[in-house]
Amino acid sequence: MTAAAVRTNGAAAAKLLRAHRFRAIELLPWLIAIAVYFLFPGYRLLATQILVLILFAISLDLIVGYAGIVSLGHAAFFGTGAYTAALLADAGWQEPLSALALGAVTAGLLGWVSGWIILRTRELTLLMLTMALGIILYELAKDLDDITGGFDGINFENSAILGLFPFDVLYYTTNYWYAFAFLVLGFLVARTVVHAPFGRSLVGIRENVRRMHAIGTPVQQRMRHVYVIAAMIAGVAGAIWVQVQGNITIGVYEFEMSGNILIMLILGGTGRLYGAFIGVTVFTILENLTETVLGTDPPYWELVVGIVLVLTVLFAPRGLLGVFDPLIRRYRERTP
Amino acid sequence: MAAALDIATTILVFGLAYAMLLFIISVGLSITMGLMGFVNLAHGAFAMVGGYITVKLVTPMGVPYLLALVIAFFLVAALGAVMDRLLYRHVYGRPELDQVLFTIGIVFASVAGVSFVWGPDPQNILLPEILLGDIDLGFKSIPVYRAFMIVAGGAIVAALFFGLERTKIGAQVRAAVDNRRMAESCGIPTGRLFTIIFALGSGMAALGGGLGIQILGGLKPVFAFEYLVIFLIVVAVGGLGNIRGTFVAALILGIIDFAGKYFLPEGGGFFIYGVTFIVLLWRPHGLFGKA
Repeated sequence: MTAAAVRTNGAAAAKLLRAHRFRAIELLPWLIAIAVYFLFPGYRLLATQILVLILFAISLDLIVGYAGIVSLGHAAFFGTGAYTAALLADAGWQEPLSALALGAVTAGLLGWVSGWIILRTRELTLLMLTMALGIILYELAKDLDDITGGFDGINFENSAILGLFPFDVLYYTTNYWYAFAFLVLGFLVARTVVHAPFGRSLVGIRENVRRMHAIGTPVQQRMRHVYVIAAMIAGVAGAIWVQVQGNITIGVYEFEMSGNILIMLILGGTGRLYGAFIGVTVFTILENLTETVLGTDPPYWELVVGIVLVLTVLFAPRGLLGVFDPLIRRYRERTP
Repeated sequence: MAAALDIATTILVFGLAYAMLLFIISVGLSITMGLMGFVNLAHGAFAMVGGYITVKLVTPMGVPYLLALVIAFFLVAALGAVMDRLLYRHVYGRPELDQVLFTIGIVFASVAGVSFVWGPDPQNILLPEILLGDIDLGFKSIPVYRAFMIVAGGAIVAALFFGLERTKIGAQVRAAVDNRRMAESCGIPTGRLFTIIFALGSGMAALGGGLGIQILGGLKPVFAFEYLVIFLIVVAVGGLGNIRGTFVAALILGIIDFAGKYFLPEGGGFFIYGVTFIVLLWRPHGLFGKA
C-alpha cells in the first residue's frame, strides 16, 4: 500500500470515528422534549405520542434508510409488541417493563420468521410482501375479536413502573417520561448500530449489493439481523403506545399506521436517524393544527399533507433535514 | 347438487364481474410501472375521479350512463396527460421512495379535492333500466349488471390485446417495456409513448371507476386509499408490464376474493392477501413477470 493510500484510509477511518462521536447540537432535540413537558402541560398526550412515533420511525429508518428495505407493513411489529403487552396486562401480568420486554421478543420473533421468508425478494415484490403481511395480521386481529377486542378494543391496567411510578392517564406525567426514557434508549441502540461496522455494511448493501456479495459480506444474514433489530424496536414502541393509554384497538395493525410512519420518515429524511424526529414532529403537529383550526370536514388536513408531500419531493428530495445539507457542507468547508 | 351448482354460478358470475373491474383499472398501472419503473400509488385516484364524473353526469345532468362513461374516459385521460407533463415528469427516474411520497401526496390531495367538490357522502348511481333486473339462465338467474360487466370487460380485454398485438403503437409499447434503451435507440419516442400510455391507463381507470360504482358499493372520497392496495396486488401478482399476467391475476384474485367473502363473510378479506403472499414467494416477479 502506498503512503497516500494509507493516509486516505486513515482519513476515512477518522471520519467514521468522528461520525460516531456526540456533538453538542445532538442535545437539542432532548432539551426541546424536556422543555415541552414543562411549557405545554396541556399537550403532554400529543407529545407522548410524538415520542413513541419517533421511536417507531427510527426503527423503520434502520431498515429503509440504512439497509434499503422499503416496508409498507411495519405496523405488523408495532401491533405485535402492542398486543403482547396489552394481552399480558389484561390476563393479570401487570408489570409494565417485563411486558414491554416480552413485546420486543414477540415482535422480534415475527421479524425473524417473516424476514427469513420476505427478505429473499427485492423492490416491488418486497414492498408487496411486507404490505400483505401487515394486512393479514390486521384481518386476523379483526376476525379474532373475542381475543383482541376488535374495533372496540380492550382497556387494561399496568402496575407502577418499578413499583414507584404509577401510570397517569389523565396528566401523562409518568407516561411522558416512560416514553422519553425508551426513546433515548432506542435511539442510542440505533445510533450505535448504524455507526458500527455492521451498520456501515448495511449502507454498503443498500448502495451496491453485488459488490458486498463480492467482498464476502453475508448479505442475507446482515439484512435479517437488522430486520429483527428494527422489529424489536418497533415492538417496544407499540408496547409503550398502548401502555401509556391503557387501551388497545386493532388500529395498531392498520395499514394506515404503516403508511403514515413511512410518510413521516421520508418527509423528515431517511438514513439519518434525526429525520425521524423532524418528520414525525412536523407531520403530527401539522395534522393536529389543521384539524383543530380548520376542522376535519371538509378534510383540510388531507389537502395540506398532500401538498406538503408533493412540494417536499419537488424541492427537498432528501427530506426536510436534507435541506440543510448544502449549508452545513459550505460551513464545514470554510472551517476545516 | 342443484344448490352446489347454484353457488358455483353465483361465485363465478360475481367473481368474474369483479375480476373484470380489477383488470380494467389495474392494467394501466401495470403498463406504466413496467414501462418506466414508476411507482404510481395515485392510480386509484384517477379511477375515483372517473367514478365521480360518471355519477355527476348521470344523476343531476341526465346524461345516459354509457355516454357518461365515455365522457369520463376522455376527461380523465386528458387529466392524466396533463398530470404527466406538468407534475409526474419531475419524478421519473427519481428514487423509489420519492415516487412513493410524491404519488401518496397526490392521493391525499385528490381525496381532499373530491370531498371539497362533491362532499364526503357516499355516492351511488342510478343505473339505466336496461341494466336492472335479472337474466334467466334456465337453472338460475343472474343480475344484468354483472353480466354487462363481464361482457363489457371482455370487450375491453379483447380490444386491448388486439391493440397491443396488432397495432404499431402496441408494438412500440411492447418493445419499450422489454428494453427501454434499445427501443429508444431504434427511434421509438418513449417519452411521448409514455404520455399516451399514461393517459390511456388513466382513462381506463376512470372507465373502471364508472363501471364499478355498484360493485364497489358506492363511491367515497377515501376510495383512492381503500382500493390502492388491491390494484397494486393485481399488478405485482401478474408481473409488471404484462397485460396477460395482469388479466390472469385479476381473474384469480377477483374470484378468490369474492369466494372468500361469500363463504366467510367475517374473515374473507384475508384470502386475497394470503394468495398474494404465496404467489409472490413462489414467483417473486409475478406469474408472468420477467426476472
